Amino acid sequence: MAGLTPQYVLRRLGMFLLTIWLGATIIFIIPRLAPGDPVAAMVSRLTAQAGYIENSAEIIAAWRERFGLDGPLWVQYLAYMRNMLTLDMGYSLSSFPSRVDEMIFSALPWTVGLLSVSTILSFLAGNAIGALMGWPRVPRWIRALLPTSLTFTSIPFFMLGILLVYLFAYELRWLPPTGAYGRGLTPGWNWPFIKSVIEHGILPVLSIVVTSMGFWALGMRGMIITNQGEDYMILAEAKGLRPSRIFLRYGVRNSILPQVTALALSLGGIAGGSTLVEYIFAYPGMGYLLYQGIVNTDYTLIQGIVFMLILGTATAVLILDLLLPVLDPRISYER
Amino acid sequence: MSVSTETVTAPAVRTAGLNRWDSPWLNTKFLVGLSMLLAVVLIGVVGPFFWDTTLARVASSPLNLPPAWVETDLPGIGKPTWEHPLGTESNGRDMLAVLIVGTPRSLRVGLIAAGVGMLVGVILGFSAGFMGGWVDNVIRTLSDSVITIPSLAVLIVISAYVRTVSVENMALLLAIFAWPGPTRLLRSQVLSMRERGYVQMARLSGASTFAIMFKEILPNLLPYLASSFTGNVSAAILAATGLEALGLGPTRIPTLGMTIFYALRAAAILRGMWWWWGFPIAALIIIFTSLFLITIGLDEIANPRLRGVKA
Amino acid sequence: MSVNFAHEIDERRPAGTDQVVLQVEGLKVYYATPTGDVRAVDDVTFQIREGEIVGLVGESGCGKTTTAMAILRLVQSPGRIVDGRILVDDVDIARLNERELRQIRWTKISLIPQGAMNSLNPVMRIKDQIGDAIETHEGRQPRQALKERILSLLSTVGLPSRVYKMYPHELSGGMKQRVCIAMAIALNPTLVIADEPTSALDVVVQRVVGETLLDVKNRLGVSMILIGHDMGLMAQLVDRIAVMYAGHLVELADVYSLFREPLHPYTQLLIDSIPSIKERKPLKLTEGITHDLRNPPPGCIFQLRCPHVTDKCRTVVPPLLEVAPSREVACHLYYDA
Repeated sequence: MAGLTPQYVLRRLGMFLLTIWLGATIIFIIPRLAPGDPVAAMVSRLTAQAGYIENSAEIIAAWRERFGLDGPLWVQYLAYMRNMLTLDMGYSLSSFPSRVDEMIFSALPWTVGLLSVSTILSFLAGNAIGALMGWPRVPRWIRALLPTSLTFTSIPFFMLGILLVYLFAYELRWLPPTGAYGRGLTPGWNWPFIKSVIEHGILPVLSIVVTSMGFWALGMRGMIITNQGEDYMILAEAKGLRPSRIFLRYGVRNSILPQVTALALSLGGIAGGSTLVEYIFAYPGMGYLLYQGIVNTDYTLIQGIVFMLILGTATAVLILDLLLPVLDPRISYER
Repeated sequence: MSVSTETVTAPAVRTAGLNRWDSPWLNTKFLVGLSMLLAVVLIGVVGPFFWDTTLARVASSPLNLPPAWVETDLPGIGKPTWEHPLGTESNGRDMLAVLIVGTPRSLRVGLIAAGVGMLVGVILGFSAGFMGGWVDNVIRTLSDSVITIPSLAVLIVISAYVRTVSVENMALLLAIFAWPGPTRLLRSQVLSMRERGYVQMARLSGASTFAIMFKEILPNLLPYLASSFTGNVSAAILAATGLEALGLGPTRIPTLGMTIFYALRAAAILRGMWWWWGFPIAALIIIFTSLFLITIGLDEIANPRLRGVKA
Repeated sequence: MSVNFAHEIDERRPAGTDQVVLQVEGLKVYYATPTGDVRAVDDVTFQIREGEIVGLVGESGCGKTTTAMAILRLVQSPGRIVDGRILVDDVDIARLNERELRQIRWTKISLIPQGAMNSLNPVMRIKDQIGDAIETHEGRQPRQALKERILSLLSTVGLPSRVYKMYPHELSGGMKQRVCIAMAIALNPTLVIADEPTSALDVVVQRVVGETLLDVKNRLGVSMILIGHDMGLMAQLVDRIAVMYAGHLVELADVYSLFREPLHPYTQLLIDSIPSIKERKPLKLTEGITHDLRNPPPGCIFQLRCPHVTDKCRTVVPPLLEVAPSREVACHLYYDA
């Protein structure tokens, strides 16, 4: 009865496709609403400079082919959607012979690693802090200390990143300021490499965790407090259960579910914010690649990365949505 | 602000310090946040009368001066002077002037974007909650989808194409992603409110849907709306600053994010020129923290239970 | 006075032994408000004997539920127990420390809560919710034995064994209420407090739940406090009735005498307002508690609504006194000078 019903799965899958379609369409349409077609302008600029740029003829040909510039807007749109859906991102404009998808796939593991580690850490730490803040049995002095951990909440990830680089990499020189691993190391399962990856990862992960855990803490605190008035909490107390059991099985267990929903909703924001963190730390993930795309006005690269970010976030949201009914027996009834 | 006291004061959990005049709007976090924000606004309004804002232009001042109270022997850094109390950067801008010019701009972007987003959200959320049926379905599905799109990444694409953006256009772009939050909030609030007694009574006594919305429901939602609004202002400023820090903002005017961009590009962190990026970040931290305090203060005003446990 | 339920009451065996299982003395529970303490329960004294069911009746807000919660020491903030003794097997619950209190809860006194709809944890299976009460007090149990015990509890309250593995949202209101009953008797407590166990249910289900309660009581011989304003259910189930008004206990009598000859003017009003199929009459009990609970008038608590009010009522508080065998009433009309 409970759990994954076909309607639920279908609805979630529909949302997944809709999100991707909406994101891709916004990327396509809005730049074209601006006065003057930036793509056409770009091509004519390239044409004018044809003599000076290496491979310019191929680049221009690639542009014309990709965007169907000679056709009407809807033909361009169809061509664009077909390319995106088949993950055919074409060639990079700035480093011409390399393909965008190759560049993205070499950057992808770093971003996935950074994002998953920091999101999970922040979610766990934030919810633990929030739960303790909302639970009246926690000793007063601990509850007085907990809010200090929320000091940096609401500050953009990358700003804390700048502060951390300055403090730990420039002033104290404890940790490396940029990159994902030390120069001259061979990537692989060897200890020097792993150690270097961890050292390089601490600051980027910290800048995301410290700034975002406050939101989980506040949400959890609110849920726990609201939960305390529920009849089942009073009955649990009447049953003479140990406070720790009431807290975990009755309080936290019921409060964590809305938090998982909130996590699914905020993944987009976290993914966006982390692109800036990668930029600050020159972390070789997709955010840094995106920055290079901007610097080199490499539109195919930018478009490809952003589409992959949309796709990745939507996939993560889909996975969370499909996990929810397993966690919460009520969910397939309520939605 | 006399609205909504009846919904707010009912189940007070505190046992001490209660009295008849204990308005829920006298919330410490809310008031502290509000005063911080007002202080920032004041600097933007009053600043130009006391300081020459043309010093925010490139090459208007000597290069690379530290703040007036800092003696430093870093290479390439000049002698401190009270002519430029917060120092100058490598393009010859005076940092104090940059702050006075840039801070209000950041706030303005946020206010416009959140305002537009809120307006759209209120209309859509009310329609969804009240009409139900397919309208509700479409609006809910759309807002649930848009909310999961990494907005900053999409904005990066757009501003990469459209290189020259004005502050207002930037705000409108940000508003594309500012409406789903208020929409979801209003929808769920309207759904729960319309089941409550007083709304049912108004309906039975023949009040029109429109009248019910604005007379019965909206006043009770004010704290929720306000909290959602300040949250959105914060999100919009965050996105705007992020774009600027990537070099994608309005380029002519020195905004706070743009200043951070120049500082990063000139490797100011590793050159020890902390004042270049430190002051804009400090200003933004004050803005973000004040908005954050206002937001959670308003949450406590809207939901009295949260006030019970002192954080 | 019309005695609608006399035929049901007459068949009742005289329940209870003389062994007292609960003794409440001078209980006072106040709620702090911005304008002073609300006296929700004010100087309430009564006792429950082994194997009897005592009904606690009165209109909403009269302090019935607060009394019950005070016995379990579950009064929620801003309420607090100001004074009084709550003796269970010679132990004063009002003075136990937290650990001792936890041990007494559910082993000695259990609760059938008011809102069965929301009283079960929505994310735990029924078996785990009954199981955790058992294992908390009796330690870890062998899986199979625990399962059989829970299944037999479920069948005691007339629930099919498939309920064992279900979640609360898969059950109807009546089924949830019976799960709560099964849970309440899981540890064979001395006393079960049933707080309006049928008020949220529809009429047919009310009857089923009422029968379940009676069946449980007859089989287990457990003492019970039944809170409610459904006089029909009371007539069916209880041995004695305690009537509360504005935080005070105004009358305490065996159910037969009380229905046949209510003494306190408030009880008369209460009984008179039971709807009857045989005759149509105007509803007398229309107004609620009329005075400010923060600032009760001196003298009798019921003086503002009493048809027989005298000058004495306005100055002297009438104590709850035994005016006839097993008949206690707090009213100046019945005291011998």
